[in-house]
Amino acid sequence: MSADAPPVTKDDRLVRRSLPRRLAGRPELGAIVGAIAVFVFFSVVADSFLQWSSFSTVLYAASTIGIMATPVALLMIGGEFDLSTGVMVTSSALISSMFSYQMTANVWAGIGVSLLATLAIGFFNGFLLVRTGLPSFIITLGTFLILQGCNLGFTKLISETVSTKTIADMEGFPEAHKVFASHLTIGDVDLQVTVLWWLGLVALATWILLRTRAGNWIFAVGGAKEAARAVGVPVNRTKIGLYMGVAFAAWISGQHLLFNYDVVQSGEGVGNEFLYIIAAVIGGCLLTGGYGSAIGAAVGAFIFGMANKGIVYAQWSADWFKFFLGAMLLLATMLNWWVRKRAEAAK
Amino acid sequence: MTTTDTATRTPLIELREVSKSYGNVKALQGVSLEVHAGEITCVLGDNGAGKSTLIKIVAGLHQHDAGSLTIEGEEARLGSPREALDRGIATVYQDLAVVPLMPVWRNFFLGSEPRKGRGPFKRLDVETMRRTTRAALLRMGIDLRDVDQPIGTLSGGERQCVAIARAVHFGAKVLILDEPTAALGVKQSGVVLKYVAAARDAGLGVVLITHNPHHAHLVGDRFVLLKRGTMAGSHLKSEIALDELTRQMAGGSELEQLSHELARPTEPVEKDAAGEV
Repeated sequence: MSADAPPVTKDDRLVRRSLPRRLAGRPELGAIVGAIAVFVFFSVVADSFLQWSSFSTVLYAASTIGIMATPVALLMIGGEFDLSTGVMVTSSALISSMFSYQMTANVWAGIGVSLLATLAIGFFNGFLLVRTGLPSFIITLGTFLILQGCNLGFTKLISETVSTKTIADMEGFPEAHKVFASHLTIGDVDLQVTVLWWLGLVALATWILLRTRAGNWIFAVGGAKEAARAVGVPVNRTKIGLYMGVAFAAWISGQHLLFNYDVVQSGEGVGNEFLYIIAAVIGGCLLTGGYGSAIGAAVGAFIFGMANKGIVYAQWSADWFKFFLGAMLLLATMLNWWVRKRAEAAK
Repeated sequence: MTTTDTATRTPLIELREVSKSYGNVKALQGVSLEVHAGEITCVLGDNGAGKSTLIKIVAGLHQHDAGSLTIEGEEARLGSPREALDRGIATVYQDLAVVPLMPVWRNFFLGSEPRKGRGPFKRLDVETMRRTTRAALLRMGIDLRDVDQPIGTLSGGERQCVAIARAVHFGAKVLILDEPTAALGVKQSGVVLKYVAAARDAGLGVVLITHNPHHAHLVGDRFVLLKRGTMAGSHLKSEIALDELTRQMAGGSELEQLSHELARPTEPVEKDAAGEV
């Protein structure tokens, strides 16, 4: 920039960037390239991978991760972590199930109580974070262990086993099952309702990120917290909101877990928090915050779904899945890093 | 500018005998300063002199322990940066003026985003934001290629200028600039100082924090010198020449001591250690 440049009427320095170049500036690019690679790979090695039924299985696997990966991506763009997400899903399911069973209430009462309780857990995470200023890694590691303990402890205390009693015969169960765990058939494709929840959440999250004030604040608190605070962004409210968003998705996932099987194993969910984070990172979220997208996280979840089921269709041992996931994570992160360097250099 | 002229007007901001301690550390003691519309008040001081503490009080990040802060003649105590902004006090920090990864237009409106639509469909007015950003920057004489580029790709001087243009656009009455030229080269510093002057000409009261007396004397109308948390001097431009300002800023007698210590044993000292002018 030159200060004594004459007033410019039409900006001719602004060269219209080519389409590939503009795409390279998007956070999702690495994930999309990765998704195509994984898709082609399994199409070649697994014959049954290209069938419609396989596609719906893959979509279902992707949706179970994607529902959580979406708000986790927003949280990471906002510069924070949540390690308690995996067990929070189980907690949400357990609360719903045990409340309905113990109170012999309509399952919808349990669902409502579970929503409030799960949101409260999210609020607790966020509140503790902004109040103490401790790293979110430590705080949510704490809530992770606390929730894990509560899940096992309370379930054994109340049901005297490690799983809850079935609530399949209770009032409101069929309707709740329809909302959280039913199938729909569209053409040849058999769709789990979770896929709709997932796509809805991705659309909502994308809209929030790119077109609302809250989205502007999320990028800002993750990118430069103090600068954001100095220009009047409510940093604390934004962070607490992000944690409650994660809790909301944990509630949806939890209800699916419950109504899909009608009982809940109290030890479930441990380790899933990493899958959500991996999906977000493959989707282009920076670990340091301030950069990423919800669509990228959705693509990341889709890669997860393809890898998870592709290995089965290829008739390999499922033991190799984690290996595959780790390699995928490294490759995608390196690709993202490389693409971003190129995009910045091309400016 | 004469003293009688300014004495009759109510200053936009007036600090009188303001003190601030952090625990047992007295960061600021009995500092007074005035900020008038259309004038630049320079706060000069070495590292640790209390410059940052002073601006943090005016910017609403910290509260003073003693003394008074009046805004347009009204006693005030600012509880948050938001409150300061609402009273028309905008602060541009050297290192945290902007969010580097966000596009220029998002940065420009950050914290004060215009919206359209109603209820749950209230959304950012992206077109207006883009257009206004370009126009507001042009009005300050900043001609940017692309308001969609991440602001981190701009140079340090350009980033300061965008932040200044933002404050002017949002109708700030007082603009506080924290070391805007500290990390910049000679040419970039000149550019930033031009925008500082442009903000002054737009009728804002400007507080310029710096440790460079040359930059301060170029644009300043009043000078407040801080030293170890206390006020070492307060002057109008008419009362003080650059040489004297430089000498006071550099520590006066301490500097003579230093030049004595640094002198070669045989040859006489050729230059003042404060540098050429």
